[in-house]
Amino acid sequence: MTPNYYIVLSALLFTIGAVGVLVRRNAIVLFMCVELMLNATNLALVTFARVHGNLDGQVMAFFVMVVAAAEVVVGLAIIVTIFRSRRSASVDEASLLKY
Amino acid sequence: MTGLATVMLSVIDTGEQITFWICGSLALIGALGMVLSRKAVHSALWIAMTMINLACLYMAQGALFLGMVQIIVYTGAVMMLFLFVLMLVGVDSSDSVVETIRGQRLAAGLAGLAFALMLIAVISRVTLGDVGTQGADAVYGGNLQGLAALIFGKYLLAFEVTSALLITAAIGAMILAHRERIEPKKEQKDLSKERFLSGEHPGSLPPPGVYARHNAVDTPALLPDGTLAENSVPASLRARGAIRTVDRALGDEVQQLAAGDGSLEGEDLR
Repeated sequence: MTPNYYIVLSALLFTIGAVGVLVRRNAIVLFMCVELMLNATNLALVTFARVHGNLDGQVMAFFVMVVAAAEVVVGLAIIVTIFRSRRSASVDEASLLKY
Repeated sequence: MTGLATVMLSVIDTGEQITFWICGSLALIGALGMVLSRKAVHSALWIAMTMINLACLYMAQGALFLGMVQIIVYTGAVMMLFLFVLMLVGVDSSDSVVETIRGQRLAAGLAGLAFALMLIAVISRVTLGDVGTQGADAVYGGNLQGLAALIFGKYLLAFEVTSALLITAAIGAMILAHRERIEPKKEQKDLSKERFLSGEHPGSLPPPGVYARHNAVDTPALLPDGTLAENSVPASLRARGAIRTVDRALGDEVQQLAAGDGSLEGEDLR
């Protein structure tokens, strides 16, 4: 089985995540879409590790996971803070700089 | 011998294909479900499904350690963190279907389609080799050992920087979620003063009613004049309308009961 299938799947997942970021407005769901994109990238990294026959790609995927965990912690804390001050998790509501 | 090896390889290949088509399609369904479901909790459950299936795909490609980390860290920790925050923010916060910018969804969908087509066109033009990580695993005696040798050897600096990043993230989250107290904490004396000054009934609320068949919190107590004491039932139950009605026993039924006739039926409470 050629690794191309995995890369195509990874591309599709990444696209779905990107469209989700564009379409959805709940900040938490936006965050999930970003996580999906990171996961799709991880799948591509794991596949490339297999293509090249060394483990560096897997180490990269591991680091992506660590950074994603840190990002989720800070991002969710920001969402909670925003929700506390304006009682909404919708990204459309946070438009204080607009007017 | 080589014939046997070829047969074994083809069996492994078929197994991997079956895994790919099942887990891959489930991962895609989960991703689509996440984007399309309106409630954030449903989105979280869909993406958890996607992540578990991706873990299976990692393992199918020989990344056993990453597959386990994916399940433990992503579906275990990160998604649970998401669900915690969802519960803090409110589960019923579903997206509105009204578009803020007209035609934005259509444009986003078209852009996504074009992006996917472009990526797939590029990928289909290359032929990727399939070396496999078995050789790299065998150098140190296994996938986990090989990864450990890389992380604590070649990528040691990056790994150490990662620990700094994690500590920074933890402190950042604590600072963001911490709320400074801007007024002095109310003591018991202040609370009691407040309660009497507000003019409402200062004592505790009446407890729920206790009857022969029911004494749960959803059975209201009766006032001396026979009406229901509304505030004897918790406000959340009152808001939901989940209050048990109190039926009156009729005179002859009471006499029947007093005569020891156990054939009485009905939902009377007293």
